[in-house]
Amino acid sequence: MPGVSRVLLTGNIAPDEAGRCLLRPAVLAVWPHRRNRRDTREQRRETGTEMNIVVCVKQVPDTWSEKKLSSEDNTLDRGATDPVMNEMDEYAVEEALRIRETHGGEVTVLSMGPDATKETIRKALSMGVDKAIHVLDDALHGSDALATSRVLAAALARVEGADLVVLGSESSDARMSVVPAMLAERLGMPQLTFAKEVTVDGGSVTIKRLTDEGYQVVEASLPAVVSVVEKINEPRYPSFKGIMAAKKKPVDTTSLADLGIESADVGLDGSWSSVESFQTAPPRQAGTVVKDEGEGAAKLADFLATKKFI
Amino acid sequence: MAEVLVLVDHADGVVRKVTLELLTLARRLGEPSAVLIGSEDAGGVYEKARDTLAEHGAVKVYVADDPQLSSYLVAPTAEVLAALVSRASPAAVLLPSTAEGKEIAGRLAVKTGSGLLTDATDVTADGGAVRAEQQVFGGSTIVTSTVVTGTPIITVRPNSTAPEQAPAAATREDVTVELSELARGARITDRVVEEKGERPELSGAAIVVSGGRGVGSAEKFAVIEALADSLGAAVGASRAVTDAGWYPHQHQVGQTGKTVSPQLYVAAGISGAIQHRAGMQTSKTIVAINKDPEAPIFELVDFGVVGDLHQVVPALTEEVIRRKG
Ligand SMILES: Cc1cc2nc3c(=O)[nH]c(=O)nc-3n(C[C@H](O)[C@H](O)[C@H](O)COP(=O)(O)OP(=O)(O)OC[C@H]3O[C@@H](n4cnc5c(N)ncnc54)[C@H](O)[C@@H]3O)c2cc1C
Repeated sequence: MPGVSRVLLTGNIAPDEAGRCLLRPAVLAVWPHRRNRRDTREQRRETGTEMNIVVCVKQVPDTWSEKKLSSEDNTLDRGATDPVMNEMDEYAVEEALRIRETHGGEVTVLSMGPDATKETIRKALSMGVDKAIHVLDDALHGSDALATSRVLAAALARVEGADLVVLGSESSDARMSVVPAMLAERLGMPQLTFAKEVTVDGGSVTIKRLTDEGYQVVEASLPAVVSVVEKINEPRYPSFKGIMAAKKKPVDTTSLADLGIESADVGLDGSWSSVESFQTAPPRQAGTVVKDEGEGAAKLADFLATKKFI
Repeated sequence: MAEVLVLVDHADGVVRKVTLELLTLARRLGEPSAVLIGSEDAGGVYEKARDTLAEHGAVKVYVADDPQLSSYLVAPTAEVLAALVSRASPAAVLLPSTAEGKEIAGRLAVKTGSGLLTDATDVTADGGAVRAEQQVFGGSTIVTSTVVTGTPIITVRPNSTAPEQAPAAATREDVTVELSELARGARITDRVVEEKGERPELSGAAIVVSGGRGVGSAEKFAVIEALADSLGAAVGASRAVTDAGWYPHQHQVGQTGKTVSPQLYVAAGISGAIQHRAGMQTSKTIVAINKDPEAPIFELVDFGVVGDLHQVVPALTEEVIRRKG
């Protein structure tokens, strides 16, 4: 469908007089592969199967450990915490594996982060993912969501013919919930986010998107970007066999230079927003706690009345 | 004075309170222009929304009324806003910090080559620089940030400021959009409302009443709902509750659920684990009912009752109804 390519480019140029988006290497880097990818996908569809799935995961501080900012450069002090795979991403890995189990194909895990990210990649491989891409570069330190989505988009270009990109809908450290949408924008793929159910059928994918009042049914044709919420499934634990097999699975470690991205465009320096200062919030004033001896509800109602809630 | 674009959060023209908060903040940065992206009958939507928007300072209202806009997920709204950004060169774009508001903002940031700040709890202007305050790590740290590239795109948490009136013209300006094929990638084929009754939505609610494992069962959640209804509140739940299937997932508050910041948060039968606190710690007033005096939730409360929620909550509901008369 060559028409799609033109739309993608105009879609990105139109709003920006400076043409900045068009010039972003991430988009261009992805671009040349896209048409091939569609072809391979269509071929596969004709032959009836095989999903090529990429699951993006992030290593985060364990939510049980106390987080603080480093006073040196206002970024998360990772030394102060235990790293784990972002919990929501475990659901993304599980969903990717289930789709592979139903439709056949291959799952690649993609992660960017410091050397220790290998642990998180290893975990995904132990769960059953086939191979990995690790974007490792000192210049990535302090990257914001815009830079992250850009690096992921460029790295995705290395996976030929991806049908589905799966992510967790939020990371427990940054908590912005924007990378999946940004990635869809950059890749020119439909965005199917906050999925509590994913169904792949031939060339299309349908999700149930969690909303405030219930859910929306959203559908798109492949390739597409999907983000999942917890409770979509029950992530498996790596088996002993899985852990042993993971050691032999290929991990492609790439740098920013490999991806054609300038160091200056990512990390703290490349960030389009900047933290000017931070302070510890004043601790909450200790409140009144009463023991209920029949009067608890009345006392609570008195309190709510003084605060004008009733 | 430069325009400030405010994305109107509304249900068929009924403007949600967060929009008025955004308009109030926008006046600090420039001249608010509301962006009303409508359903099939946006003309009617404008008529319905106009007075409220005018009262709260909208100088202009951009109206985009292509029925397609609401048939596809997120991308169309980002496309309309991007077109308006290049047309109006606004000082900033403000959106509600809801799941969808943040996604729209994210795509808009990519499209316009702009920096993005989400979950702001305050926005100020200081000699042309737009600053946003964010509370991170469950409210323990307050960060002040600026956007250094492009147009500042900022999502603001509901209940961050009190809406103020400031009458303005709310002049209608129609926006014609030609959606790209890309924006029509993810089609919404059905909207399922699982909610019964008239309760406010969790994300923007001024009062939230949440129940935890201490409630005991799905049936007994009725006591939480009854208290919520007496206060005109939204219902929240801990993960223990949604995991057990006692209450729907979209009501989960916390790390992997919604982040709420209401005027009043009532926690009943919730221990106050760090992951729950991450979703409610910035609430203005917090009260808790828990039978364990050592429960960590009591570290946060303005007022707490140590007792059995099955006694205290129904009694409180009666008391609220009686006092509200
Ligand atoms: C990565 C991760 C993400 C998570 N995300 C979330 C999240 O988004 N939201 C969330 O809530 N949790 C989350 N959790 C789970 C969290 O750690 C807690 O397990 C959970 O919040 C506990 O819920 P609870 O307070 O209802 O239950 P419990 O911790 O079991 O507490 C129940 C409380 O009820 C009290 N109680 C019992 N009976 C009564 C009674 N009759 N009257 C009064 N009080 C009574 C008890 O004293 C106790 O304090 C997450 C955990 C992890 C690891």
